Amino acid sequence: MDGVQLLVSGLANGCVYGLIALGFVLIYKATEAVNFAQGDFMMLGAFVTLGLTNAEYLHLPFWLAAPLSIAIMAGLGYLLDLVILRHLFGQNQTAVVILTIALGFVIRFFAGAIWGHEPQTLESPLALGDVQLAGVVLGLADLAIIIVTVLLTWSLYQFFQRTKLGLAMQAASQNQMAAYFMGIPVKRVQGLIWGLSGATAAVAGILFASKGAIDPNAGLLGIKAFAAAVIGGFGSLPGALAGGVIVGVIEPFAARYLAAGYSQIAPYVLLLAVLLFRPHGLFSQVRTKKV
Amino acid sequence: MRIQFKTSYDHDIRLFPDRHSLLVYGALVMLALALPLLINEFYIGEVTNVLIWAIAGLGLMLLTGQTGQASLGHAAFLAIGCYANTILIEQGLPFIVAFPLAGVITGIVGGIIAIPALRLHGIYLAIATIALSILADDIIVLLEPWTGGVSGKFPDVIRLFGIEIERWTMPVRFYYLVLGVTVICTLFYRNLLRSPLGRAFAAVRDSEVSATAMGVHIARTKATAFGLSCMITGWAGALMGYYAGAFNNETFSLVISITLLMMIVIGGLGSIHGAFFGAVVVAFLPQGLSILKDSVLGSGVAIPGLETGVFGMILILFILFEPMGLYGRWLKIRIWFELFPFARKDMFRRQKSYLKTERLR
Repeated sequence: MDGVQLLVSGLANGCVYGLIALGFVLIYKATEAVNFAQGDFMMLGAFVTLGLTNAEYLHLPFWLAAPLSIAIMAGLGYLLDLVILRHLFGQNQTAVVILTIALGFVIRFFAGAIWGHEPQTLESPLALGDVQLAGVVLGLADLAIIIVTVLLTWSLYQFFQRTKLGLAMQAASQNQMAAYFMGIPVKRVQGLIWGLSGATAAVAGILFASKGAIDPNAGLLGIKAFAAAVIGGFGSLPGALAGGVIVGVIEPFAARYLAAGYSQIAPYVLLLAVLLFRPHGLFSQVRTKKV
Repeated sequence: MRIQFKTSYDHDIRLFPDRHSLLVYGALVMLALALPLLINEFYIGEVTNVLIWAIAGLGLMLLTGQTGQASLGHAAFLAIGCYANTILIEQGLPFIVAFPLAGVITGIVGGIIAIPALRLHGIYLAIATIALSILADDIIVLLEPWTGGVSGKFPDVIRLFGIEIERWTMPVRFYYLVLGVTVICTLFYRNLLRSPLGRAFAAVRDSEVSATAMGVHIARTKATAFGLSCMITGWAGALMGYYAGAFNNETFSLVISITLLMMIVIGGLGSIHGAFFGAVVVAFLPQGLSILKDSVLGSGVAIPGLETGVFGMILILFILFEPMGLYGRWLKIRIWFELFPFARKDMFRRQKSYLKTERLR
């Protein structure tokens, strides 16, 4: 039973990593850039919800506050693209990497200035109660996280595969010039994808905050989500989820069965191993271009 | 307005482009040598800090600015240099041998790490090096018999040709030591740029395809760049150990890696000046901010995280409006004066390019 318990809690943690990784992958898929501030987006989403829901702030009902904060984060993502990232159009990747790291600093600073640096908990209906299932104790929040993550990944996958907009996003990332000529409004498409990743970050934030306390440094979780995204393959949405689950499950097991110093490095060793042997990740299907 | 007449191909690779710049840099070195006479010991310590950051910046600049590979793991190499130097001295080697050797060891480690990392491009390399930076922290703890683990290490007093050098009691001597290393690293960097290898670096950065077509061995060039970059970084790390006086696993954290990368961007990627400009900003920004905060809000008001927040904002503004960094701004001002009535606004306009990737999914 012990192993199953570890597996379930690892699964729930992994789904949060997977959700953040989903944000990375969305932006990478559509703009070929990596948003190093995605973890901080997640933290901001959690704090926005917390600010709307908690008794000492606005005290809105949770089921109103959650969609509202998702919408706010989506708007923020679009705005960021409009104001800042669009100007980097055509610049090299290093510029985007450094810009988004700096953005993370700024978000962390503002979150700390508005909500303080103390850890706070979200007053969410998900945080209540456990479920007993065949001797395994499941937190309600854990269950919610797993279900929401799987649903979200599936629908985003379908979105990219089936809808016109999703295909337009993929086209815009592969060859901007050609996409322009085919009548795709590349800039607006990129803005939309930043909005979408903001919304995903908000979902991740809400779920993360209903599991435990949140503080402005929670965004550093993003580094583990990176590992997840790379392990899964940076261009693949189901891969991001799978990578997140792998990292999430490895952590508690390593903490349990390895010596103290070695357990923390397990996810990163796995990351380096994957980068060495399958540089494009476990689930990507990159074929080399012939010409 | 000065005009350089280049009458031979050799003029393109001279150490100093003309007599004027030779005089300027000569005067600068003279000023640096006379500095202890001009300012007091506290500020000498600060200038030493700037120089150490500048050496570390030169190391990363060689990789990111010259070869175009962003590394977020250079704190790990600072740590390797620092620990290697201290451990070698503890084994009884004299400083004059241990210090260069520490850099070489770091370079070799960097080169070995680079070989698998070479398969990775842009983003993937950045992520792999982040992992390296995080791993370094834990590995230092695991290697406790050598590294002292969490309790850390204290570097010994430096003995160089019978002269004792220590950072706290004799900052002027330590300043001269750091200045010497800085000059050597700068000359090394400048000479590297003049060599075929340096041109190969630039070729790899600008276009790997064209570099291959010109006969540049991409993998070997990248590994060499990684190794040389780590060598300079290792020296900077050893000096940082002496400057701090004590170090443990948390001294060289991921934050240092990020600061280092941001520093060379603020300074100006791909230029020696940029490493120095960036080092000045990084070393003096905290003091400048606290003075500014005290004058605006009054002293005693503490805003946690203000420093990194403002640092981030400055960085965003730089990337948006001055991608060439402080060096680029300086260049623009200088050219405006040189061309006085003829300078035009669009001379430095950025080119737009369109993204076209090889990714299919």
